[in-house]
Amino acid sequence: MSLKLTLKKKPTVPVEAESICPDKMEGLGLRDIAALPVHHGNETTTVGDFFKVTGKSNGEIRLEGDTSRFKMVGAAMSKGRILIKGSVGQHVGVAMSGGEIVVTKNADNWVGPEMSGGRIIVKGNAGHMVGCAYRGGQVGVTGGEIIVHGNAGNETGNTMRDGLIAIGGNSGDFTGVGMLAGTVIVLGEMGQRTGAAMKRGTIVSMEDAEMLPTFTYACSYRPNFLRLYLCHLRDLGLPIKDSWIGGSYHRWSGDSIELNRGEALIFDR
Amino acid sequence: MRIKSTEIVDTFAEAFEMWGTRMIITADAPEWADAAARSLTGFATSVIGCKCEAGVERVLSPDETPDGRPGASVLLFAFDPDGVANRLVERIGQCVMTCPTTACFNGLEAKKNVVVGGKLRYFGDGYQIGKRLDGTRFWRIPVMDGEFVVTDRFGVQAAVGGGNILISGASSAACLSAAKAATAAMREVPGVILPFPGGVVRSGSKVGSKYKELPASSNQAYCPTLRGFVPQTNVAKGVGCVLEIVIDGLDLKAVEEAMQRGLHAAVKPGIKQISAGNYGGDLGKYHIGLHGLVGGKVA
Repeated sequence: MSLKLTLKKKPTVPVEAESICPDKMEGLGLRDIAALPVHHGNETTTVGDFFKVTGKSNGEIRLEGDTSRFKMVGAAMSKGRILIKGSVGQHVGVAMSGGEIVVTKNADNWVGPEMSGGRIIVKGNAGHMVGCAYRGGQVGVTGGEIIVHGNAGNETGNTMRDGLIAIGGNSGDFTGVGMLAGTVIVLGEMGQRTGAAMKRGTIVSMEDAEMLPTFTYACSYRPNFLRLYLCHLRDLGLPIKDSWIGGSYHRWSGDSIELNRGEALIFDR
Repeated sequence: MRIKSTEIVDTFAEAFEMWGTRMIITADAPEWADAAARSLTGFATSVIGCKCEAGVERVLSPDETPDGRPGASVLLFAFDPDGVANRLVERIGQCVMTCPTTACFNGLEAKKNVVVGGKLRYFGDGYQIGKRLDGTRFWRIPVMDGEFVVTDRFGVQAAVGGGNILISGASSAACLSAAKAATAAMREVPGVILPFPGGVVRSGSKVGSKYKELPASSNQAYCPTLRGFVPQTNVAKGVGCVLEIVIDGLDLKAVEEAMQRGLHAAVKPGIKQISAGNYGGDLGKYHIGLHGLVGGKVA
């Protein structure tokens, strides 16, 4: 039986809810969990002020109700599972290193910033800055997976260094901007300036994309490694077509204003 | 003990501890996966002469491989983990990376791992790309048909080498027929290979030789032509041919199960005796008794 947090009062302003994390709730009784602090505007309140806490802590936390104003859920999470039955606010899974977060609807901006492990699955759409470094940071995601079934906003994978980000729909502008390594796969269309200033790493799209002039076309070929990723994403429930798994991709190298060791692989129709 | 007209000799196979690994070789088409697997497992019959023993465990369908392509599962054994690692680097580098469209993945989850792709990557001369997916690191090495994908590390585990049965028959034809049936039955067992050509060896050996430089030499006790000449023979009256099947496995149970199945399958008309090779029990860690196998005893 998992721990169940049912929303009883919708906050008037966003709540910073770093306490909602298996690491912080492990071993606590229901009363202690309800007493954990959350920040509502300029007030320090408690989990119990907003949620009815029931069930038993077994490593999984279930959030029910409209939690779209709850920020930083699963912050620094290293284990366990959070199931958010609805939408969630910004910074979900920030700096997480393990475990799994599943959002059944949408996630606001900054999904999994600077995460190093674990998996975040968003069944709906995600906002801007999926899997990014914070402003001023040198390195974004260094491991783990972010799987968005719907669309994502701008700067997906900004300065990521390892790991996997997959977007089932479209991504906005600057997909993979400043990437250091890692893999971003977009099943839909990408916005403008894909891969700008990327040093290394891989950006994949199943739709045509306009590449920057600082990218150089190499060839159309069948990247065997991509089969591993696409089979993996299919196992995770993304609608991967057979033609994508066995197909050819146009390879572009870039960004030549940087190391030029990055690549964009665009599905060859 | 007899099964039908065949005598099962009350003896044991003396098997040794080795270290083993499993590779999954894939390619765009089954024939290329097969070509790479055959090349990799060539000249790998005896660890003494070839530094390793290797063979194809089985053919894999696309839904059984990591990248969804046709493939082959290959086992390789050597004396120690370093020996496995060195042979993998040599053989994957020379026999799989060279073969069009192939990729090579670790097929053994084990506590101990050895670096393989992490060494082969240098063939990429700086253009190689490392990736990590779901906790597994692999390398993309640029080659002339695209990229060669190889896992960074391969699992190795303590294994068993040198399980065997000896089939003695009246004629070569009878022995070959029995050996063919036995090898087919043994290959059904997961986790084993039969490293010799067609799974069968005719040049059974003993340790040492009258010639000092040779570590092994022909086992005259099993040579039918010497039956009337050597001081001690294991060739029964009426036997004109002896064939051996050697089995290497990832664990003792797999080797025993393969021996058990092979032993029963080899009981055919014209087969006088089924025995096993040993060194008196002083050299090998594992003693696999034939009568125990007939009675259904498996580890």
